[in-house]
Amino acid sequence: MVSAPPTLNYLNNGYGLKSWLLTKDHKRIALLYLLSITFFFFLGGFFALMIRLELLTPAADLVQPDTYNKLFTMHGVVMVFFFLIPSIPAVLGNFLIPIMIGAKDLAFPRINLASWYIYVLGGLFTIVAAITGGVDTGWTFYAPYSTSASNSHVITAGLGVFITGFSSILTGLNFIVTVHRMRAPGMTWFRLPLFVWAHYATSLIMILGTPVIAITVLLVAVERAFHLGIFDPALGGDPVLFQHLFWFYSHPAVYIMILPAMGVVAELVQAFSRKNIFGYTFVAFSSLAIAIIGFLVWGHHLFVSGQSTYAGLIFSILSFFVAIPSAVKVFNWTATIYKGSVSWDSPMLYAIGFIGLFTIGGLTGLFLATLGMDIHLHDTYFIIAHFHYVMVGGAIFGYLGGLHYWWPKITGRMYPEGWAKFAALNVFVGFNLTFFPQFIVGYLGMPRRYAMYAPEFQVYNVLSTAGATILGVGYLIPMVYFLWSLKHAPLAGDNPWGARGLEWEIPSPPPTENFPATPIVTEATHQYAPSREVGIA
Amino acid sequence: MFTNFPFFPQQASEQAATVDALYFFLVAVSAFFAVLIALLIVVFAVKFHRKDDSQVGEAIHGSLALELLWTLIPLGITMVMFVWGAQVFFHMTRPPKGAMEIYVVGKQWMWKVQHMDGAREINELHVPTGRPVKLIMGSEDVIHSFFIPDFRVKADVIPGRYNTLWFTATKAGRYHLFCTQYCGTKHSAMIGWVTAMEPADYQTWLSGGAGGGTMAENGAKLFQDLACATCHLENGQGRGPVLKGAYGHQVLLQSGQTVTMDDAYIRESILTPQAKIVAGFTPIMPTFQGLVTEEQLLQLIAYVKSLGESTGTGAASTAPPPGPVQKQR
Amino acid sequence: MPDAPSHYHPPPVAIHPPGHGPTPHHPWLQHHFDSMEQQAEASTLGMWVFLVTEIMFFGGLFMAYLVYRHASPTGFQEASHHLNIYWGAANTAILIVSSLTMALAVRAAQTSQPPRTQVFWLGSTIFFGLCFLGIKGIEYHDKFKDHIVPGPNFQWEGLYPKPAEQFYSLYFAMTGLHALHMIIGVGIMSVILVMAHKKIFDRDYYTPVEVAGLYWHFVDIVWIFLFPLLYLIGRHYHAG
Repeated sequence: MVSAPPTLNYLNNGYGLKSWLLTKDHKRIALLYLLSITFFFFLGGFFALMIRLELLTPAADLVQPDTYNKLFTMHGVVMVFFFLIPSIPAVLGNFLIPIMIGAKDLAFPRINLASWYIYVLGGLFTIVAAITGGVDTGWTFYAPYSTSASNSHVITAGLGVFITGFSSILTGLNFIVTVHRMRAPGMTWFRLPLFVWAHYATSLIMILGTPVIAITVLLVAVERAFHLGIFDPALGGDPVLFQHLFWFYSHPAVYIMILPAMGVVAELVQAFSRKNIFGYTFVAFSSLAIAIIGFLVWGHHLFVSGQSTYAGLIFSILSFFVAIPSAVKVFNWTATIYKGSVSWDSPMLYAIGFIGLFTIGGLTGLFLATLGMDIHLHDTYFIIAHFHYVMVGGAIFGYLGGLHYWWPKITGRMYPEGWAKFAALNVFVGFNLTFFPQFIVGYLGMPRRYAMYAPEFQVYNVLSTAGATILGVGYLIPMVYFLWSLKHAPLAGDNPWGARGLEWEIPSPPPTENFPATPIVTEATHQYAPSREVGIA
Repeated sequence: MFTNFPFFPQQASEQAATVDALYFFLVAVSAFFAVLIALLIVVFAVKFHRKDDSQVGEAIHGSLALELLWTLIPLGITMVMFVWGAQVFFHMTRPPKGAMEIYVVGKQWMWKVQHMDGAREINELHVPTGRPVKLIMGSEDVIHSFFIPDFRVKADVIPGRYNTLWFTATKAGRYHLFCTQYCGTKHSAMIGWVTAMEPADYQTWLSGGAGGGTMAENGAKLFQDLACATCHLENGQGRGPVLKGAYGHQVLLQSGQTVTMDDAYIRESILTPQAKIVAGFTPIMPTFQGLVTEEQLLQLIAYVKSLGESTGTGAASTAPPPGPVQKQR
Repeated sequence: MPDAPSHYHPPPVAIHPPGHGPTPHHPWLQHHFDSMEQQAEASTLGMWVFLVTEIMFFGGLFMAYLVYRHASPTGFQEASHHLNIYWGAANTAILIVSSLTMALAVRAAQTSQPPRTQVFWLGSTIFFGLCFLGIKGIEYHDKFKDHIVPGPNFQWEGLYPKPAEQFYSLYFAMTGLHALHMIIGVGIMSVILVMAHKKIFDRDYYTPVEVAGLYWHFVDIVWIFLFPLLYLIGRHYHAG
């Protein structure tokens, strides 16, 4: 029998728009982010739908090439900066980190709220850029096209990215100080949930990398406005310098997108195997290793730009190094399931999907780290397939899995499991049908960012669009049942999954201060049973 | 649409076979690990499916031996990938000496190809089979990228510098040419065809309408028209350094640096003469920025090359001309 | 569902809604912190982390400077010599003194000195900050007059016009970003000054002063890097 939630929780502690828009409660701020991020996800998804519809036929017959160029640019800008980078940290991280470490809130609640407003402001700039005619430079803003040749709203969109970057920086800052200074007594570093480790590593990247793209995008805007010669060679500048500065952030950025999802998967795999993670220390340190090594590999985006062969060698070998900690994680997650008590609830389906799809995405990354191979594959659909496997098959699966897992904690309601399983399957099938053909057509030579393409590529594009339609339906279904569950679903209770963790020992939904008093932690919070060490079986 | 579509690109160059071998290795390794992980997960999830609601998993903390195993084995495999990939890369980025040079200029939204003997093409490139061909490429505006999928070669074409790529075509035929760095509205229309021909057929094609003089001849004409010849005298008495026999030499600059007189240096000296002044000369060369197109630059470079290349690095060259030479700061 | 063993033990005191506990707490303790120490440590760590992001922010500009100076060393030198080294040196001295007054302000708060002492040192810091900005204004005005503001009106009489324009683009970008940080710093100091005047800071609570001080010192240190890189390229002392 599930008990009713306490009468006072964070959702009903204060009503009215002002109590939400001026809240300092990390849980309410997480929900504000959830709303805005979901909006941008569907906006980016709409652009994707238009792209895939256009690509049904080889000719540019649905939209003009100019429009198509704007569509793929806006799809990238919105998905990267306004969905993938904030998603898990700003929604699940904000909600859970204080609870997982036994604190009442993050270190800086007002900065947390400010980060949401900054995010919304940046988003507004980007929407204005979209409405007044769009940007067509690609989300990578390469110079000199972006600084001198493009006729689109580069400055507005650039400013949107610039502003939103500060939201990311402040979130990372908040998380770092929180994890250092707000842990409850007894919550030592090595008792922290792996979700927290993953977000700590992510925050390091956020604070070190984001300022660089901020200044880079600012320089592009300034060069465009005042005709300076920073990146435009016709004015004396160096376009490859732009690429170095851009990718110095944007490569670590992809680890901002994937590390939190890896943290979610670590939690899901433990909860739904009812077993401690295999190799906790290795998994924890692998997050840090990915964050650090991830800053050293950006040059693999410049292998065909004419940079020195020796630079290419260094970036190639480092790119292989960064893959190793990810491989370690995959093996540890798999070993966790071994001899677990495994349930197939929908969050676990997303976790298992993640492990398989991220493995494929990560392995295809090795193709791109291989110098001799990257020459052929660079700027083809192979690259697009690779990063969608890790970003969608990885990050989005992690986000959806986490959203399902913690939905009962956040809302106090349990969504309908049957529909959730169906949606998960839908997303899995749709995703693979969309992106697997792109590996093949990429090796064939189909370049990316093409509104029209050679006719022999059509069959792969048709398969891809069919998959995208299925995928889109799979994304819409949870929207429906999540909303439905708020009013009509059964109450979830404190711990519907039988999982371990501080968040499962407080009511669903939690009270505003999370805990009645600061907890004193006496052992690691994910102990399912006393543990023993094993050697090789 | 669903009949007769390709699954794999053609192998039309020597490079293609080496790249494909590397590709198949990567596919094999990836398929092995992807299938392994997928299988393990599915098998574990089924075999250890929860039987009743109170069941928990077995308590296993970890295993240092396994961690080392699955760290070192991937490390070893990735290092094989690295070395193999680096070897292929070195081969692909080092054109052999004596490769046939063809100049390419990318501009929004077309490819302009100039053969040394003067033949010009737009969005087409004719090459002989069995002979190394080196493309020297520049851009007139934004970054483009020259990609021939069936040859497995690609290089970005960046304004302000020259990039090269080389290949040896092996199979006669017509192959796609794509611009593969987004460059604006008609990026997806900046495509063309590379036609590889047996050497005899290629000769026939060449002789059938080269017209307009070789690149070096056009360059010589420009050299006179733009009055370069007034300062760059061959007898060493001019106000500018001697260019005959200088290509490929090391040059001592005013700043004390030494640079090689290559295509990039010549281009830079024509557009921004102040940038790298030869030691012992005054900065009086005017700039030709805006007065020469990218193609004309390539013709001038071809002309300077035709004046004779040095075979070795040699000592730093260029003695100052007799006559007053102003001391630099 | 198996019994979840409790991982935390609520302390054996009655539960009180936050803010109304039996123990009185400092009026400036925010409710999500457990103690003034925790709050102070969190605030200072937060400012240090923020300063790291600022280093990365300026870092992009320093990278661009590095690349372009390496490409045209003589051009940069020629451009740099047009800057007024006396104004630059004066500004350097002003900022160093302002960091001294800032440190003294922090110390005043830390040792519970009277509000007017704190206000004096904070006010001095603001004064020097404004002097710095004033001199920067003079310098910028001079550049306008000499037509060396990059853009369509840029005119350069020396040998290396392109590198000069790049140099001055970086000059304005770097000193402009720095000046923006100075303006923000002056704003922050003014708020701190008002709080000091209201007798808020003493040895039990002076974190805002300390944290503002960290920010001020950082802005000072950035200038210490900017001055030689921009003003002192290849300068030699000429006796007489």
